[in-house]
Amino acid sequence: MSDEIKAPTTPDSGELSRRRFFVKVGMTSIAVAAAGTGVFAYQFLSPNVLYEPSPVVNAGKPDRYPPDSVTLDPETAIYVVRDPEGYFALSATCTHLGCLTAFKQELGIIACPCHGSKFNRDGVKIAGPAPKPLPWLRMWLNDDGELMVDRSNSIATKQLVRV
Amino acid sequence: MANNIQHYIDELHQHRIWRSVFRSGSGDSNLHRAQAVQSNVFLHLFAVKSRRRMLEFSATWYLGALTFGTFLVLVITGILLMLYYHPSVPQAYADMKDLQFVVSSGVFLRNLHRWSAHAMVFLVFAHMFKVFYRGAYRPPREFNWVIGVVLLLITLLLSYTGYLLPWDQLAYWAVTVGSNIASAVPLLGQKIRFMMLGGNSVNANALLRFYVLHCMVLPLTAIFLMAIHFWRIRKDGGLYAPDKPAKEGTK
Repeated sequence: MSDEIKAPTTPDSGELSRRRFFVKVGMTSIAVAAAGTGVFAYQFLSPNVLYEPSPVVNAGKPDRYPPDSVTLDPETAIYVVRDPEGYFALSATCTHLGCLTAFKQELGIIACPCHGSKFNRDGVKIAGPAPKPLPWLRMWLNDDGELMVDRSNSIATKQLVRV
Repeated sequence: MANNIQHYIDELHQHRIWRSVFRSGSGDSNLHRAQAVQSNVFLHLFAVKSRRRMLEFSATWYLGALTFGTFLVLVITGILLMLYYHPSVPQAYADMKDLQFVVSSGVFLRNLHRWSAHAMVFLVFAHMFKVFYRGAYRPPREFNWVIGVVLLLITLLLSYTGYLLPWDQLAYWAVTVGSNIASAVPLLGQKIRFMMLGGNSVNANALLRFYVLHCMVLPLTAIFLMAIHFWRIRKDGGLYAPDKPAKEGTK
């Protein structure tokens, strides 16, 4: 098509005709605009401010947890485990697909209702499709003597908070 | 009496206003029928002629048309449900319960929407099996098969996004699991999950995003592709008929 209506003055050399030049300019600017629209769309769809609950949770005074117990807070999805030597916090979110697990008192294990993963009270996987153990979360005492847990901060080794 | 009514109908068909809307005019000839189809914005997607045996039940089991029928039911009931539903965390579940117990005909419309959604997924699969086993996906219809596969994906996405909207435990954990499956994509997984939910957990942003996808983005995409899908039936040579006619006596 473009060959047929090529301006008769255009020589057969490799020189760019006016029409081809403007087509190139036009297509390039459309491509740049499309790429820019893609970037803007990505930025627009990624929220900059989130009104989500804070990852740091106040788990209350240590003595509300009975000795040798595992306590689930379903609102914040953490376990506070009280061992004879001290306290530690465990994420209650299954590492398989994110369901909320539950502690089975009679069996002494943590079980996930969705796909059957099982963990012991240290978070170590016993059975099921979960690929990783339940992570230990950083825990400390604040100035008022209350247990604080940072859900966004998992720790590699089990550390007990001694009270 | 009957002649009288026929007379009025004929007069109406010849009226200036009627003819300004339907240009083809009346007439029993094939030309008139073809013109009536061609000059109608909706009907012109379809062929003006098709083989009689292709319109029999045995040819297609009407699965494509039935799928489109459930889609129409879903659009109409969905728009009505939108009038009583707020896509917000404090209200969504209560609105769903109100639709069941308070709104007049609410439970009927909600159940119609739900059952039609189930039926549509079933019919889409049945339609595709029918097309596949008859070999109707072969050239020159291969592109229409591809559009059909995209429409299947949109149907499933519509089901998935609609599943969250009642905001009950079933919905919440289904979408938690689903978004975690999305995060298993290599490298981009966490980003995809974040964009999908509009945050790090299934919350107000996720509900709103799924609502917009369910009520605007996905239905409009589906309608757009459906128009091409129907039009391509004509462009690809009409409804598929096997080369060899069926044995005598069976058809």
